[in-house]
Amino acid sequence: MSEITLIEAVDQALAYELANDEDVVLMGEDIGKNGGVFRATEGLSERFPGRVLDTPLAESMIAGAAVGMAAQGLKPVAEIQFMGFIYSAVDQIICHAARLRNRTRGRLTCPLVIRAPFGGGIHAPEHHSESTEALFAHIPGLRVVIPSSPARAYGLLLAAIRDPDPVIFLEPKRIYRMVKQNVPDSGKALPLDQCFILREGSDITLVTWGAMVHETLRVANQLADQGIEAEVIDVATVKPLDMQTILQSIQKTGRCVIIHEAARHCGVGAEIAANLAEKALTSLFAPVQRVTGYDTIMPYFKMEKHYMPSEARIRRAVMDVMEYA
Amino acid sequence: MSTVAEFSIEHHQFLNEDNELSPSAPPFAKDFTQLIGLYGIMVLTRLFDGKAVNMQRVGKMGTFPSSYGQEAVFAAIGHCMTADDVLCPYYRDYAAMLQRGVKMSEILNYWGGDERGSNYQAGIEDFPLCVPIATQCLHATGVAFAFKHRSEPRVSLATLGDGATSKGDFYEALNLAGDWQLPTVFVVNNNQWAISVPRSIQTGAETLAQKGIAAGMPVVQVDGNDIIAMVHVLNEAMERARSGKGPTLIEAVTFRLCDHTTADDAKRYIPQDEYDEAKLKEPILRLRNYLHSNGQWDENKEKALLDKCKSDVESSVQEYLATPLQAASDLFDYLYEELPESLSEQRQEALEFAQTQGAAHE
Repeated sequence: MSEITLIEAVDQALAYELANDEDVVLMGEDIGKNGGVFRATEGLSERFPGRVLDTPLAESMIAGAAVGMAAQGLKPVAEIQFMGFIYSAVDQIICHAARLRNRTRGRLTCPLVIRAPFGGGIHAPEHHSESTEALFAHIPGLRVVIPSSPARAYGLLLAAIRDPDPVIFLEPKRIYRMVKQNVPDSGKALPLDQCFILREGSDITLVTWGAMVHETLRVANQLADQGIEAEVIDVATVKPLDMQTILQSIQKTGRCVIIHEAARHCGVGAEIAANLAEKALTSLFAPVQRVTGYDTIMPYFKMEKHYMPSEARIRRAVMDVMEYA
Repeated sequence: MSTVAEFSIEHHQFLNEDNELSPSAPPFAKDFTQLIGLYGIMVLTRLFDGKAVNMQRVGKMGTFPSSYGQEAVFAAIGHCMTADDVLCPYYRDYAAMLQRGVKMSEILNYWGGDERGSNYQAGIEDFPLCVPIATQCLHATGVAFAFKHRSEPRVSLATLGDGATSKGDFYEALNLAGDWQLPTVFVVNNNQWAISVPRSIQTGAETLAQKGIAAGMPVVQVDGNDIIAMVHVLNEAMERARSGKGPTLIEAVTFRLCDHTTADDAKRYIPQDEYDEAKLKEPILRLRNYLHSNGQWDENKEKALLDKCKSDVESSVQEYLATPLQAASDLFDYLYEELPESLSEQRQEALEFAQTQGAAHE
């Protein structure tokens, strides 16, 4: 079996679920004949006629129509072409998708997935590089899921489509084609609402998600040469948050650095740090540190490497935490 | 220069405020059984509305938007839909909702601050009342897509106010419905007022109906106070949608003879003479005069109807007032199909706090 990229794993998961659940419908801009601007739906409109819908160019419409479809028992998987264009759909996501089950006391539900590529690092134009997962993580009733590898993209996307509630599925586009993995098309989903421990270690816990998983893992491997064993946790579902796995790790290591590409203020890292302050203070040997995007507007691409957490910034934060008396 | 497209907007009215029936009125104008049924719904709605407003005044109800003076629009909608259709209402749709099996006590619970008010027990798939303006138009398109996708002869219907026709979601919904030829009907209740902003400064368009033309669908303007015309244009639109011929936009011209909600005071901005003139055209008086003059109605019948409606409203109010509070755990138990582990601690906290509060009250 050949190895596939993250974007191919997305396509593979969509194809699997289209073939196995007739209620699944894909919708979005350019997802039909063109297969999506990143090719996430490559070949699907030919294989599943009438179920891969090129929509008019209107994001609120995509989300709002998906709410109506989902209330009727379809399982729409909507693509927002870039996360920077999702904001006109936020009214529908927050005021309706997230609330439909609760406001009807379960009479109507909203089993939809909204996929969007996000994050920087591919020299994209303005509005194409932000990481604003925290906006959605703040909203009760939503799930926010971020894969960091082809295998997790496949398994988590299957789980998101099968989940009976709305899921915002954010795909780190910088790693769409960065790594390849053997991902059997088994239809086997991975669990939502759970962190993945990607590397075990006893000295420090590195908590991250999305594309930053790769910088973090590289730093962890370099640290091992210096005799520091870092545990690396891929949060994967940033809402709801699996604090148990993170807390268990902190009880073991007593040290924590949180790494995310999004701006720091009210980022998901702040929620994790607050939880650690509330529940793990006595286990901590050092203050929790965050390595994040700055609280600035995401720069245009010439300066984006100065914005995004680098291996060097992660390493420096780790050493600060390790050297804390 | 050549003209590449030309458009016109039809206006329908069969029964005017002077009790004159147009010779072109449909046979439905002489179906007095149906008309008396519709009259009954409109009267019930008006009494229900008035009761809800009064309850708000004495602190037994939250903010409430009345449908006073616009009952014919929604009575016709409820009349023309089948049980299998799906209503995506805004928030003055009581006359339609009551015909679809929604209980008055459920509506009261919704505005009285209880989510269970939207858990309709009638077995319908209708959306609940929708507060964010025009967003429901898109739900109707999604529902209609599901019907079309499954080849089901069902129709979705969205209602909205005149102000909502300025919103993006309205245009986006029209565009999709026209593009995909969806089985859906949009009904604008043009009651002339979006809170305090009059129709005259809401849009530069001559009619609201014409907004559908750009989306490629049939449109019509209708006297929304003429129940006969309302039923006529709705039946045509529903039949068109049901038979696969796509969506329709209906602009029903009415007047908001009430405040926007109980939190509003329309005397601040609606000129008295304009209000007084509009009141002469209101739909219930018009239909009653018509039934009278056709020998179909009299004071005894009116009194019997009022007594029955008052009694129904009163028992709904009693049912509403007797509704026990939800448990504190209900805050959590409908967020997701299964409560995420991360929320169990907060749920426990809420339950424990509720118990302490309960003990304090006892």
